[in-house]
Amino acid sequence: MANTMTQTAVPNRLSNHWLHHLLRWETFLLLVTVLVFLFNSLATPYFLDPWNLSDATFNFTEKAIIALPMAMLIICREIDLSVASIIALSSVSMGLAAEAGMGPGGLVFVAVSVGIVCGLFNGLVVTHFGIPSIVVTIGTMSLYRGIAYVILGDGAFTNYPSGFEFFGQGYVYWVFSFEFTLFMGMALIFYGLLHHTNFGRRTYAIGNNPTAALYSGIKVNKHKLILFVMVGAISGLASVLLTSRLGSTRPSIAFGWELSVITMVVLGGVSILGGSGSMVGVVIAVFLMGLVTFGLGLLNVPGIVMTIIIGAMLISVISIPLVAGRLRAAREQRK
Amino acid sequence: MFKKLFPALTAMMSIAYLAPAHAEDDVRIALVVKAMGIGFFEAANEGAQEAAEELGNVEIIYTGPTTTTAEGQIEVISSLIAQRVDAIAVSANDQDALVPILSRAQQRGIKVISWDSGVAPEGRSVHLSPSSDDLIGRMNVQLAADALEAKGVSSGQMAILSATPTSTNQNVWIEEMKKVLPEFPQLEFVDTVYGDDLADKSYREAVALMRNHPDLDVIVAPTTVGILAAAQAVSDEGRVGEVYVTGLGLPSELAGHVESGAMHNFAIWNPIDLGYAATTIAYNLVMDNATETSVDMGRMGTAQLDENGSAAMAEPFIYDATNVEDFADIF
Repeated sequence: MANTMTQTAVPNRLSNHWLHHLLRWETFLLLVTVLVFLFNSLATPYFLDPWNLSDATFNFTEKAIIALPMAMLIICREIDLSVASIIALSSVSMGLAAEAGMGPGGLVFVAVSVGIVCGLFNGLVVTHFGIPSIVVTIGTMSLYRGIAYVILGDGAFTNYPSGFEFFGQGYVYWVFSFEFTLFMGMALIFYGLLHHTNFGRRTYAIGNNPTAALYSGIKVNKHKLILFVMVGAISGLASVLLTSRLGSTRPSIAFGWELSVITMVVLGGVSILGGSGSMVGVVIAVFLMGLVTFGLGLLNVPGIVMTIIIGAMLISVISIPLVAGRLRAAREQRK
Repeated sequence: MFKKLFPALTAMMSIAYLAPAHAEDDVRIALVVKAMGIGFFEAANEGAQEAAEELGNVEIIYTGPTTTTAEGQIEVISSLIAQRVDAIAVSANDQDALVPILSRAQQRGIKVISWDSGVAPEGRSVHLSPSSDDLIGRMNVQLAADALEAKGVSSGQMAILSATPTSTNQNVWIEEMKKVLPEFPQLEFVDTVYGDDLADKSYREAVALMRNHPDLDVIVAPTTVGILAAAQAVSDEGRVGEVYVTGLGLPSELAGHVESGAMHNFAIWNPIDLGYAATTIAYNLVMDNATETSVDMGRMGTAQLDENGSAAMAEPFIYDATNVEDFADIF
């Protein structure tokens, strides 16, 4: 009798608990997002305007696109702090290619290729020499941007071919910009990749226990290398969008963006220690961040106060469920 | 959970109603700066508020990113476009990267000007420089003549301490200075040296100047690094009262040297005037009170626009013992 109970109850409770937890985190985030949306609609008459909302998406879409593969990398217990510098180096390479007379399609190819090379370098150093990725990518963060500065100095590339501005300024349909549509499409792809493929399951397995994953036959290093290359390639793609939106390149482009990207991922419920998190959470977090900054911007809250509010929001959104869970556990213990 | 969130929601709503309401007929002018928390721009805001008070029906939105990035300014500007402000006056972090978003602002009927640090002509209608090359050149020579007067001599020698020999604006200013020198016969120009905008090299060059020209009366340094190093060199060499230093510098760095007597006066643009003039120009553009070639700047006179829509505000503002302490707190 006792035997049958454990046989049926244990797996059920495990999966229930996991699903329950996942659902709760995302519902909570969604609830906060809806509240912010309501608050913004009440606080300013300019918020509920399709064009204004569409304009606001431009400010976070490039970062959001990088947050998707970054979430997978962090779930896999690695991190890439060099993404903003990859944007800079890709952008400078595009500038050089544009000077040489390359068309829009060629520029996309150049940017993504440079991103892949940068990601490959990060991944090879991490997997080959076993150096922690945080150390490696702090190094390449300076390295890639350093190369961009050496090439460009205090100059700027401004001669991009006509048609190139579509990537960062064009619209696919009505208020839906190319950038935003691309982000939504990629969010779907990454959702499928993380939650419905073997590749995604291996990512969780490595993040939870790399040694166990290795002994169960997963090629851990190759898997990590693929993720680094993916982050690099998509940083290159983000560079296309940003460069096209700015219509110019300076080596300081996207300065400090790595932290915004990681903030989105962490706010989305991805454990910074690896092993857990979901794509849905990251996408909701992207919208939450976007809505908060846009709403505060409409109220002309000074940028310094805005960073304080976003920092406080990050800490409270992450700690409220933890504290609530601990309180509940304490109450159950008292029973 | 809902019980817990309900007070939070009501609290947020009450904040919403606290947000200042503006009268619908007010002209709303956004003063976008390179970054918040910089004394120079806080002072410009002071000038903008002064202009708003003078004009009456103007509301100033003083804003900017936390760090001096183009991306941050674009985010700020897109929220200003969403609020349908009447005018945006921006000191740009990047003259090219802001063009697409500012063009969009203009398409939506917002008047755009740049001030202090400019935007390429397709992104704005007017750019207001704090000063112009010929005004700066003339001012530097005038300051040297003032120094002779302060020393109490009828004629004397002057030398220039510049930045690098390849620095474009330095060379233009030196050229402009040489152009107006004939109008000041009391000044004998003896030498130009280059401190490369490095504190130690500028210091050594200033010391060398005083040794090579024992009768030197004035060192003119149109660079903030050079002027500070030269004033230090004069103090250290014990030549205070014999050699005067002047040029372009920052009040906060030079207040001590004006007090010690190593400097009589110096010049730099006045950020309060700049904020005031930028606001007045933006207001006049909104009110359609501007022509292709000129626009009124209130107490700062009339701005003459060149073919690119650029204008110079005024000659650099002179700082001496009477006002340097007040401005030293600002920038």
